[in-house]
Amino acid sequence: MKGERRLASLMLAPAVLWVLVFFVLPFAGMVALSFARLQGRTVEQGFYAENYARFWSDPAIFKGLIVSLEITATVTIISLLLAYPLAWIIAMRVPERWQRLALLLAVLPFWTSYVVRSYSWLLVLGQKGVINNALIGAGLIAEPLTLSASRTGTVIGFVHFFVMLLTLTIYANLRQLPPNYARAAADLGASRWQTFAHVILPLTLPGIITGAFLTFVLCIGDYITPQILGGGNELTLPQIIMMQMGRQGNFPMAAALSVVLMGTVILAYLACARWLRLDRI
Amino acid sequence: MRLLATSALALFAATPVMAQEINALVWCDHTDPALLEPFTAATGITVNVKEYEGTAAGLAILEQSQPGDWDVMVIDGVDVGRAVDAGLLAELPADALPTADFFPEVVMAEQNGRDGKIYAVTEKFGYNTIAFDKTKVDPADMEDWAALTSGKYDGRIMIYDYYVPIMGLAAVGNGLATADLTVETLASLKDPLLALKAAAAQVGDVVSSQTALATGEVDIIVGGGEWLTAVLMADNPNLDWTIPKQGAVRWAQSIAVLQASANKDAALQFVQYIVSPEGQARLATSSCYWGMPANTKAGDVLTPEQKAVLRWDNQPEYLSRAQLYPVADAALDTAMQDLWTTVLQAE
Repeated sequence: MKGERRLASLMLAPAVLWVLVFFVLPFAGMVALSFARLQGRTVEQGFYAENYARFWSDPAIFKGLIVSLEITATVTIISLLLAYPLAWIIAMRVPERWQRLALLLAVLPFWTSYVVRSYSWLLVLGQKGVINNALIGAGLIAEPLTLSASRTGTVIGFVHFFVMLLTLTIYANLRQLPPNYARAAADLGASRWQTFAHVILPLTLPGIITGAFLTFVLCIGDYITPQILGGGNELTLPQIIMMQMGRQGNFPMAAALSVVLMGTVILAYLACARWLRLDRI
Repeated sequence: MRLLATSALALFAATPVMAQEINALVWCDHTDPALLEPFTAATGITVNVKEYEGTAAGLAILEQSQPGDWDVMVIDGVDVGRAVDAGLLAELPADALPTADFFPEVVMAEQNGRDGKIYAVTEKFGYNTIAFDKTKVDPADMEDWAALTSGKYDGRIMIYDYYVPIMGLAAVGNGLATADLTVETLASLKDPLLALKAAAAQVGDVVSSQTALATGEVDIIVGGGEWLTAVLMADNPNLDWTIPKQGAVRWAQSIAVLQASANKDAALQFVQYIVSPEGQARLATSSCYWGMPANTKAGDVLTPEQKAVLRWDNQPEYLSRAQLYPVADAALDTAMQDLWTTVLQAE
């Protein structure tokens, strides 16, 4: 028994070491830096809470978190509403031999550069982009819609990416469901909707929550999409962090905001922890 | 004997010649191979460049590097003093620089020197003002800053995302000299800046601004000038820029040798190349952005077409009407950046 434990510890050691060196230590360093302060151009080490105080008291900086949360919540909900039917169709309606091809087509957007994909959306969403030209050409609108250089553009860019991610996690979950469950429900007189609402949906909740959590984490920390498609009309928290580092050289403030971002992700994890089943995907 | 000779030859061939290299912290106009390659071909010195944006970012890179990592730095002319105060820049020999040939207004001895010593030299300058598509807006309107917030051009304006010139423009547009900009007077710019932001459709960097103006996404770029329109004019001759009646701000970039450089001679050679007429003409027409060369002798090298785009003949008038960038110490710089964050976050 002791030997087994020792072997298990040995096998875990590389993973523990990896997390310690590449996550715990850098994170501890970032937390320590967040309590330093910038005096003129010099970082003064110490234990000062002023960066966190400024986060709460400066409306422009605090709004960054609110903007990030609003965009992330919108993206997660829209992505989920689009991804679930898509995953359902691939898992339940597409013949098994075509499912791989369907999944391949679903993840095709992942094959192109994230930055290139975001810039491509500018061509589609711009005042003279594909969508506006089509709508004006069809006589549906007289003036072009403001799609790019706005929150709408940012949300569309994100949704395009995260629908695919959510589709994969939900599809994996749907594929693990034994078909007998649906048949049993039907035998017991459940309608299709009742079967979905009371059997399928609860059983696919781990896939939904896992995908939604991954979407939340990746979306709230993203800098590129809002920077390219947002048009600089509002700032998300990662954009403010970049401004603190890239322009002001205020690394303590950037570290404090990063800790706030990390705290937000931890809160989201705790909220989802009950349903999070990463082993199911 | 033949074996020995062959071995010696092989050994010589295998021994790498110690090619000299310098590392330069630059703005994007210095990354153009058309600028760097003639220098390397003439001197054998390879210039490794790293781009940065904003003085604070440049100083942060230097702080995080090992002493001697960098040999040359391109820096905002008004920020040379900050780098001198930090002990980062090496003194330059005055007799090695052709400043007598420069436009007098851009020598900027006060900004580039300290206590009679020279630490940097102006290499390029231009104007942050109003760039526009003259087929989409009334050019007469662009002669007055007030037109931007009159409501007539709401949603058709883009603001260049660099707080220093935009703060300077807001100051000039509201009757405050850039030299009088302080932490206290800065507060008076908040409302004009918020009004400008409310009228703007976008705020973006150099590439975004060029793209938006070229594709017709917006018709006016606040903060634009020859540096923004010159590279686009061949494809779109309708793009124009002007200095309104209230004035505009003049940007100037300087080049310096770093105090910790272990290759000061090679670094100085590069600086001398950059301020030579040939180097100046290439830098002025760099593929990233164009700008006026500080050295008037570059006019002998530039083509008439290039000089027309740069508006060479209008420089005396422009120089008299444009004010220098705000000179910000650490406190004013922080205050300007905080105000800029507020403006960007405004509805």
